[in-house]
Amino acid sequence: MTIIKVLGSGCAKCNNTAERIEQVAADLGVAAEVHKETGPEALVQYGVMSTPAVVVDERLVHSGSVPEPEQIKEWLQ
Amino acid sequence: MLELFAYLATLIVHDLLGIEAGTPFGDAAHFFVESTAKIFALLAVLIYIIALARASLNVERVRAFLAGRNRVLGYFLGSTFGAVTPFCSCSSVPVFIGFTTARIPIGVTMAFLITSPMINEVAVVLLWGLLGWELTLVYIAVGFLIGMLGGAFLDAIRAERYLQPFLAKAYAEGSAPAAGAAGATRLTLRQRHDFARREVGEIFARVWKWVLIGVGLGAALYGFVPEGWIEEHLGAGHWWQVPAAVLVAIPLYTNITGVVPVMESLIIQGLPIGTTLAFCMSTVAASFPEFVLLKQVMQWRLLAIFFVLLLFAFTLAGWLLNAVEPLLFAGV
Repeated sequence: MTIIKVLGSGCAKCNNTAERIEQVAADLGVAAEVHKETGPEALVQYGVMSTPAVVVDERLVHSGSVPEPEQIKEWLQ
Repeated sequence: MLELFAYLATLIVHDLLGIEAGTPFGDAAHFFVESTAKIFALLAVLIYIIALARASLNVERVRAFLAGRNRVLGYFLGSTFGAVTPFCSCSSVPVFIGFTTARIPIGVTMAFLITSPMINEVAVVLLWGLLGWELTLVYIAVGFLIGMLGGAFLDAIRAERYLQPFLAKAYAEGSAPAAGAAGATRLTLRQRHDFARREVGEIFARVWKWVLIGVGLGAALYGFVPEGWIEEHLGAGHWWQVPAAVLVAIPLYTNITGVVPVMESLIIQGLPIGTTLAFCMSTVAASFPEFVLLKQVMQWRLLAIFFVLLLFAFTLAGWLLNAVEPLLFAGV
């Protein structure tokens, strides 16, 4: 099970990011759990300055934009 | 070159649609078409050019640049980066955290955060296109000053005491971890072009409705408020008007794109420039949604200080500009 966290204050882009990841995971048939972390502490913890940011299994893989489906596929595989 | 748009508006409104010039509706329609066409054209061209130039600039690089500078230079640089980086209030919290954990003084961070919503390419483009370069320069100078002095003041009162505990701790430890997507990459022209095109698209998607609302309001003011009414009732000479304008503007949450067309209309109608600019700054820089977000990183006390500081600064700037307006624009 891949644990994915989407960091960001709940703006539209963050929601899009979470939805897109869930969509791609469903398409690939990968078991993934997507959490939205809206609190500021998570930003400190992962050292993120631009949201939305994506953490896959505790590793920061992306920040600053809604990721492209191709990028998401790479993280999930 | 910008007269082109007045000509275009005359062509469309009076010649093509047959709406008579000189009537309130005709004047309002002309204002609406001219301003909308001008704003959209200016935005598309200038955002593209600016985005091309700053494609490789991101907040991580700004932070790396600001960290470890001396304070006075820091206030200036903080304001400068605030002015040139794209920014929306929803990113103020991550930026604030990122700067603070890198031990950038809170005053420098606040200089960045104060200047950012006030001065950006959209603001400059609109002010320049609608109100002329003189006023644009004044606006930029005032925005810079407020950002720098506000930052210096917050450092002077040691505002970092009033951060939320988790952040105060991170500030004391200075534990900025390496940000993930940072790194200075050289961009090819092709990548810059793609970035610029995306920027134009994104900014348009965000602001077009504000432009229409703002221009619509401005047009209504222009066409239907009797000439001289604003000058007579809200003209120079009433000290309380500036603070009143600042207060009225706080619950009005819009961005600069919606405000400038209204400003144009107000200035044409004779509202003093200081009052107008104070109103504009308060609308774009002091907003409840942003305060709610900043509550995550600041204690109430700091939030209140910040709020009062902004109100005070805008009011002062408005008074000053009203006072010097006859000198500044004597030749305009």
